Amino acid sequence: MDNNCAVQLTNITKSFGPVVANENVSFDIRKHEVLALLGENGSGKTTIMNMLAGIYYPDSGEIYVNGNLVSIKDPKDAYALGIGMIHQHYKLIDVFSALENIVLGLKAEGKKDLSMAREKVSEICSKYGFEMDLDMKVYDMTVSQKQTLEIIKVLYRGADILILDEPTAVLTPQETARLFNILRNMRDDGKAIVIITHKLNEVMEISDRVTILRKGQYIGTVNTAETNPQQLTEMMVGEKITLDIKRDLVEEKNLRLEVKNLTVINNENKRVVDDVTFNLYSGEVLGIAGISGSGQKELLEAIMGLQKCEPGSSVVYYSTAHGVHELVGLSTQEIIEHGLHLAFVPEDRLGMGLVGNMGMTDNVMLKRYRKGPGPFLHREQPHQTAVKIKEELDVQTPDLEYPLRKLSGGNVQKVLVGREINNKPTVLMTAYAVRGLDINTSYAIYNLLNEQKKRGVAVVYVGEDLDVLLALSDRIMVLCNGKVNGILDGRTANKEEVGLLMTHLKEGE
Amino acid sequence: MENKQPFIRIRKKDDRPLWQQILIKVIAIIIALIISALFINLITKLNPIKVYESMFRGAFSTTRRIWITIRDTALLLSIAVALTPAFKLKFWNTGAEGQILVGGLATAAMMIYFGDKLPSAVILICSMVLSALAGALWGFLPALFKAKYNTNETLFTLMMNYVGIQLVEFFVDVWDKKQSHSVGVINPNTQAGWFPSVFGQQYILNIIIVAAVTIFVFVYLRYSKHGYEVAVTGESENTARYTGINVPGVIIRTMLISGAICGLAGFTEVAGISHTISTKTSGGRGFTAIIVTWLAKLNPIIMVIYSFLIVFLDKGAIQIASDFNLNEYASKIITGILLFCILASEFFTNYEIVFRHKEEH
Repeated sequence: MDNNCAVQLTNITKSFGPVVANENVSFDIRKHEVLALLGENGSGKTTIMNMLAGIYYPDSGEIYVNGNLVSIKDPKDAYALGIGMIHQHYKLIDVFSALENIVLGLKAEGKKDLSMAREKVSEICSKYGFEMDLDMKVYDMTVSQKQTLEIIKVLYRGADILILDEPTAVLTPQETARLFNILRNMRDDGKAIVIITHKLNEVMEISDRVTILRKGQYIGTVNTAETNPQQLTEMMVGEKITLDIKRDLVEEKNLRLEVKNLTVINNENKRVVDDVTFNLYSGEVLGIAGISGSGQKELLEAIMGLQKCEPGSSVVYYSTAHGVHELVGLSTQEIIEHGLHLAFVPEDRLGMGLVGNMGMTDNVMLKRYRKGPGPFLHREQPHQTAVKIKEELDVQTPDLEYPLRKLSGGNVQKVLVGREINNKPTVLMTAYAVRGLDINTSYAIYNLLNEQKKRGVAVVYVGEDLDVLLALSDRIMVLCNGKVNGILDGRTANKEEVGLLMTHLKEGE
Repeated sequence: MENKQPFIRIRKKDDRPLWQQILIKVIAIIIALIISALFINLITKLNPIKVYESMFRGAFSTTRRIWITIRDTALLLSIAVALTPAFKLKFWNTGAEGQILVGGLATAAMMIYFGDKLPSAVILICSMVLSALAGALWGFLPALFKAKYNTNETLFTLMMNYVGIQLVEFFVDVWDKKQSHSVGVINPNTQAGWFPSVFGQQYILNIIIVAAVTIFVFVYLRYSKHGYEVAVTGESENTARYTGINVPGVIIRTMLISGAICGLAGFTEVAGISHTISTKTSGGRGFTAIIVTWLAKLNPIIMVIYSFLIVFLDKGAIQIASDFNLNEYASKIITGILLFCILASEFFTNYEIVFRHKEEH
């Protein structure tokens, strides 16, 4: 074994009940390099890295660190071996400062003498180019700052092998660029770095080698310099697919929603949606961009009658079939009872759009269970609709009564989107419609949205992947701190422009 | 040392076939019987087989005992069924005791105040309606506060029990004519407001009422629009709001039903069984029913089995106590061991334990 090899995984298998998350996976992680661990959701990338970090224990297989066979029973063992993982969900204490979070849980020597710790942390920061105010409280930090803090924390504990789980998922282009610079610095310092991702452009930009997993199996490892996105996609998906989103121009446009001065104040007294004004037309996809928590969720929920709007807010709904309605002041129930065709695919699929313990039929029935006479449910019609959705969208489920929570994310989303477009909506609003979905399903969803657009539906697409937003949207509205920070033409805008609008509120707006 | 696998590991296993799930329960009961046998033998030096025989006699030795076992099973079942809609809503109604008591109190009041004024049938119908209303009121208050102010329903319903107990205490004092600290059997001569015998059997009416309530809850939850709203709201309040369900309304409505059925159980107890009222009328069944509801995973049909099991154990415990001169608490330990084993077996239904492979390292 050459001594450049930091970690070697041999025939690792791990299953959860009937689900085999990893099967005989073997690959190695080297010092002085960034390894991208590429695979679709559910391909087992996070699981295998969790076994390195001591979160899970493999059913079988061996792990060698620096050439020695090791057994990593818990995260402490992992730290002792110099392995540190930055998880997708940060593990920080909100009311503590950055420095306190860094020393938290360490043996007394580090804890008692904060000034010594401070010195050491500053050293790490300047070495790799982190910018961090060590006295800042975590609750004041942006997502990107929290991530930086997690990385410093891991380095402070002496990690030489760093694993980052989807680190760019929540970052703006500018923040991503900064993170990549730091990763390069650490690589040049001799650290071994693994980034778990499914974004091809980032793989091409940052990694030295790429290891691909598919459905828990090891597919192969290639040198980044010798590959291209098309080849990687094929390895990842297992078949040839085209990565184009077809954006047609629909000439005929009618006003569907007129949102004026919409303001929502949440229970922490924060203006989460702040004086938002925009129009939505039929035959267009209006993309909504913004760092997460900029008011996207609340904006859509306010339109659906799920948030309390402040006085002065107005949302006027125009439709050829139902006339003109002011939506502010109507409850969701009233919107449904008036037969207004607003469809909404919420971010939290099983927590808001669907019921995980129910099957397809009962979920299709969700918005129409009141229909029909008498106190009893009428399941025949929803059953037929469920059959139709299952066929048209190719939902993989053993039967229509099988609980949705046991289905894959892609199938769950197909049921949700299928139900919402089955009702022939005038306005279709989606929040993070492809989050966590595999590539094939994601493109199936994009196609569905474009089809709806061509039928004259007004589509709202709240997204996080800027490449997709730019390829799909006719117009892009950027939200920043709950305010509209600009509306761009989707065909001419570029990523940097959108990224800037996401983080820097324009003056005088 | 460094290379050793952990000695045992726990692995999730949620796809066990039905026969395995049943087998696990059966094994749990066998293990419980063995542990209890050891326990009996160690403490009392009695032959465990004889003790079990005695337990069986407690529930089945005479026709009358069989009827009493069935009667008590029905009563416990009706309370478990009453809790079901609330639990399905994830509204943890721990107030069944109080709801039963006020229901029983309403019935007793009817019997005492109208015993010689109205025909027995009218008293029965009025008692039934009033007891359901009283129970519903006891369910309504915590539901209202939960819906309006998001108070903790577990504590609220629990505290309502004590209010119920004190109310009963008060009325027992009011109605107690002989200074005996008890009401005594109400209308012992006229039997006004008592359940009549049906087909020559004293407890048929109890069974009919409980069967009707059980079927009602089963159908209500599974086939009605209301039941669907309960299921959706219980799973996720956000989904309920998204669907336009009036969440506070569902909470209040469901607790009215849950409380009303508990009130009916109080009615059955007072008018159909004891014909008296005291703070012991509910007899802890409001809490025991929680175990039944939970063990049956909210399925009213399975609840029949668990209600029967618990009543059977209870009868057995009393029988052992008298047959062998044991303290009743000693025999209740058997019930405890059995319930503990059944509850613990749930773990093995959902997880499996993997031991370190011997051949490795």
